[in-house]
Amino acid sequence: MDMSSQTMTNSEDIATDVAVSFDNVAVRFDTDSGIITALVNVSLDIPVGGFVTLLGPSGCGKSTLLRTAADLTSFAEGNVTVLGQTPAEARKNRELSFVFQDATLLAWRSAIDNVRLPLEVGGVKTRKGSASPEELMELVGLKGRENAMPHELSGGMRQRVAIARALVTAPRLLLMDEPFGSLDEITRDGLNVELLRIWKETGVTIIFVTHSIPEAVFLGQKVLMLETNPGRVREYMDINLPYPRSLHDRDKLEFVAIAAHLRQQLETC
Amino acid sequence: MSGTGIAMKVGEAPREKSGPLIATAYWFYDRILPISGGVSLLLLWQFVIWFFEVRQFIAPSPLDVGAAIFSDWAILLDNFWLTLMEAVAGFVIGNIVAILLAIAFVHNKTVDKAYYPTAVFINTIPIIAVAPILVMIFGNGYTPKIFIAALICFFPTLVNMKRGLEAVSPASLDLMRILSAGKSEIFWKLRIQSSLPFLFAALKIASTTCVIGAIVGEWVGSNYGLGALILEASYNYRAPQLYAAVAMAAGMAVTFFGIMIFLERRVITWNPSQNH
Repeated sequence: MDMSSQTMTNSEDIATDVAVSFDNVAVRFDTDSGIITALVNVSLDIPVGGFVTLLGPSGCGKSTLLRTAADLTSFAEGNVTVLGQTPAEARKNRELSFVFQDATLLAWRSAIDNVRLPLEVGGVKTRKGSASPEELMELVGLKGRENAMPHELSGGMRQRVAIARALVTAPRLLLMDEPFGSLDEITRDGLNVELLRIWKETGVTIIFVTHSIPEAVFLGQKVLMLETNPGRVREYMDINLPYPRSLHDRDKLEFVAIAAHLRQQLETC
Repeated sequence: MSGTGIAMKVGEAPREKSGPLIATAYWFYDRILPISGGVSLLLLWQFVIWFFEVRQFIAPSPLDVGAAIFSDWAILLDNFWLTLMEAVAGFVIGNIVAILLAIAFVHNKTVDKAYYPTAVFINTIPIIAVAPILVMIFGNGYTPKIFIAALICFFPTLVNMKRGLEAVSPASLDLMRILSAGKSEIFWKLRIQSSLPFLFAALKIASTTCVIGAIVGEWVGSNYGLGALILEASYNYRAPQLYAAVAMAAGMAVTFFGIMIFLERRVITWNPSQNH
């Protein structure tokens, strides 16, 4: 399963090594109680092949930021570029995939048929180097459960299927909106380790929204912290912990220090 | 032990452990108890008729009804097939129209706004009041009976199918948007399947009401069918035949209902309550 090469070589249309670029972006929602500013003055670059985790208090616009990059939410000001394209172009060109908090599997399809869904809709062009659904089921550790129905799988397994489905189009950008938020801690830890492995094997750029400071520090090369009212960037810091990371690294002093710093920041967001 | 579904589930573990005696006990709760409950009510009915010496033209005993089914079998069956034909035709037409309209309503907000209130209004008209109108329009043939059976099926299916097509989670619509799926792809890959549990809920209702529709149609203007037979038997105080005709109609409805449950189990192989 050679997925990393595709991500590295398929770069004819990007001059820089920036996967996602936000340039002075503002997002506003027109609600019954007036216009709400969800995000303002957001400027940042996310490097190709990077793993950025998003932290912040509830309502700070973490999900909105992610959805803006995915063309699920439109922005009012500024500019968003995804792999040198507009978010809509990137979506239509299958450059990006999205993993939701809920696995969002179609209940009437088996696990593998859920993974196949992206190949059946949207006039998909199969890209060079994309792995087959069978290979992806193996990649996410579900070999042998291909024909299981979603209700026969645990929450963690369903989320693995969702990740396999997101990877089947060989995206260069993987957007994850609290994908492990509703799982128990042990399952979440296991999936964190596997996600890092998958990231390494595929070379995909990942933006990952989470509520958990340890999860953010454990996964991310960079942590982006947003503050609320209105949602804006508080801090965009590098996590200088070497990969591969193991769960035990979370007990190390450097890890604890970074987590403590982020917690302190979060309290004043 | 109440013998409810919940109690049975709780008891599943001991059933495996505790051997044939317990298994027999559960089988008793599952199968024998409902049947013996029904039989006991029939026996009570028979007893009341016998004890109070109720005369046959006022209320026949179960044995009288059984005898009538046996002796009048040919008449009952002839009329049964006619009513069955009307009920099935009404069921098919009413549900197809309802499903197609629900699809139109879901995909076109203007059509929805313009016609859904009328559809709701039509449902509020008592079916028994519509029947004479339809007989005046369509005459005494099959058409008004089929029309009434269709009309009575139509509304629950329309409402349920519409709800089912709309019962798609925002997240799965987001997913389809990420995949750049078109409207028709969303319809065939997502909405149809999400609507099926709702559709079958409606079809189960329609499977029994279509029989009612056909019989009501026959009451208004007909000299054939179980509805006509019911009226004729009651005018002539042939109580056992009346009850026999009612039993045939009920049997038809129960059979339709059973077919719907069978189809539902074949079609919906997933767990609809967990829609993720």
